[in-house]
Amino acid sequence: MEIKIVTEPFDPWQEIQTFQKSAKQMHGKYGATSIFVGTMRDFNDGDDVKGMTLEHYPGMTEKQLAHIVDEVSQQWSVLDVLVVHRVGDVFPDQPIVLVAVWTSHRGDAFDSSRYIMEALKSKAPFWKKELLQSDDLRWVDKNTDGYKAAGNK
Amino acid sequence: MSIKVRYFASLKESIGRAEDELAFVDINSVADVWVNANKDTDRPHNILAAVNMEYVGFDHLVHDGDEVAFFPPVTGG
Repeated sequence: MEIKIVTEPFDPWQEIQTFQKSAKQMHGKYGATSIFVGTMRDFNDGDDVKGMTLEHYPGMTEKQLAHIVDEVSQQWSVLDVLVVHRVGDVFPDQPIVLVAVWTSHRGDAFDSSRYIMEALKSKAPFWKKELLQSDDLRWVDKNTDGYKAAGNK
Repeated sequence: MSIKVRYFASLKESIGRAEDELAFVDINSVADVWVNANKDTDRPHNILAAVNMEYVGFDHLVHDGDEVAFFPPVTGG
């Protein structure tokens, strides 16, 4: 299990490859890998967005993410988890978050990675401040509920 | 005999401070910490609180040396 908060742009595919190679205890055991990558858009709430700054609460962020990963390990059969999240100045097309879960079977992989993402969105102390095309700065005031949003479509 | 109070994101900007060092006097709960640190400012209705980096309610009891944090809803991911 690894949780990383990074201040520079990262390549999620490289992160996955490096982690998977080094996680030798799961070699031969994993049959399913579920990967979620959240990337910055150039639009939000009807406005064009040029960039954003991600603030976090050092210490508490890592602690809350560790709780979430613990909860997942208690509910599902999980072999390993990698979570990477950006802070600092982020621009469109750059990855913001990576959640990768390795399990023996696909159900556990899908369900646990979804759980981690939704819990991260509501509990991990990160805050986004957007720089709009108009040069106005705007704090994002809340995250949408991913389950509800999917159900309404 | 003091506690550290921290503020984040839009709340930090609106009150104009990132942290306070507060004497541990007349403080029982997290709600008291806000009142002691921000006498003239009502607590915004949507803010969350943490003590020693764990989420708590505003009636949670505070102890000497605790780190208390206030912040708006989180928007990561």
